[in-house]
Amino acid sequence: MKISNYHKANSLQDAYEVLTESRNHAIIAGGGWLKLSSRTVEKAVDLSDLPLDYVNETENAVEIGSMTPLQKIVESESVKSLCKGMLTQAVAQIMGVSLRNLVTIGGSVVGKFGFSDVLTPLLAMEAKLVFYKQGEITLTEFMAQRGRTDDVLEKIVLPKTKGTGYFKKVAKTPLDFSILNLAVAVSDGHYKIVVGSRPSVATLCEEAMDYVNGKKTLSDDDVEKAATLVCENVKFGQNPRASEEYRKELAYVYTKRGLKEVRDCES
Amino acid sequence: MKVNTTINGMKRILDVKPDEYLLDTLRRHNYLSVRRGCDTTSCGVCTILIDDKPVPSCAFLSVRAEGKRITTVEGIPKEAEKLSEHFGATGADQCGFCNPGIALSVYALKKSQKKVTAETLKHYLTGHLCRCTGYQSQHKAIKEYLGDSNE
Repeated sequence: MKISNYHKANSLQDAYEVLTESRNHAIIAGGGWLKLSSRTVEKAVDLSDLPLDYVNETENAVEIGSMTPLQKIVESESVKSLCKGMLTQAVAQIMGVSLRNLVTIGGSVVGKFGFSDVLTPLLAMEAKLVFYKQGEITLTEFMAQRGRTDDVLEKIVLPKTKGTGYFKKVAKTPLDFSILNLAVAVSDGHYKIVVGSRPSVATLCEEAMDYVNGKKTLSDDDVEKAATLVCENVKFGQNPRASEEYRKELAYVYTKRGLKEVRDCES
Repeated sequence: MKVNTTINGMKRILDVKPDEYLLDTLRRHNYLSVRRGCDTTSCGVCTILIDDKPVPSCAFLSVRAEGKRITTVEGIPKEAEKLSEHFGATGADQCGFCNPGIALSVYALKKSQKKVTAETLKHYLTGHLCRCTGYQSQHKAIKEYLGDSNE
């Protein structure tokens, strides 16, 4: 990314105003992935002076400020207590400590990167996003929005549930981007299945979720059927890391493992 | 743009471009222990400490160093020498290109945690690539160094 000018925001309003002045202004968050972009930005807006670096626990949720580095999330006991530590497990596998000290959760969410290992567990955990102007929306709604985000992300809200979760990242080496990632979460008998790095951005597997959520108890045959529905209805593709067929095979195997694991934990 | 920062305990005012990375700025100012490897945050050789935390300097915009404390290996000569002795004794010091980045991460680990297990060490050093040693001798050297440091 080429940056012509730089602005350090002194308030959320200031950041919002500068961001919306021009389509060529952009928030740079942690900046860990700037080199992946060939875009030219007229003015980069830096949020690092704003009090957005925190993990707070409320009665019903864990709130994470948008400028919180991923390493802080790995070390947070509050985050670890949610969904059997699914988000902690996912984030701890992203590169090394030094990069995780730089990359922020806000940048990982708003960037909607196809390779993201953050969006997959967040979707399964029914995360909500709080924007400065737009207010609170679900992550699912945000993912459905097209085009540029003309707003400043303040925080990510993770509801406290009694559920459990499963996360799997498949990569050639621990430092590589995922070939595929998959999350399964269950809370009060309600299942969420998410596939990411397909190589497109993470998505909920609606048909498979409808199928398993329509069952009173989940048999091994139901698990097989749900895994087949994931392969049939989610769009997979190929890139230099893996073929479409290989990704489908991985999704089939890990959907089964994930569903069985959370089912057995829940019962 | 002018950036007020502290490098290895010395106050410095750096003149940087808005899209310049700290790796380039530091090397331009002769902090040559900060090495350029992959330049895409994958190899760990450009690691420096910002306010005592390891970060890849190839991805850290220089303008963001305003008010920060930067540490390179030039700023921890005694610790680097101690670690280097252990590296030499275990055969971990071969081409040496990755050593400055590893030394800074190990130093940060030493400052941040009292007890370091083999597992935490392995986890903490993920992201530092070494094409010579296979890591076993380095881990042995680091454990001995941390053991010495704790005494």
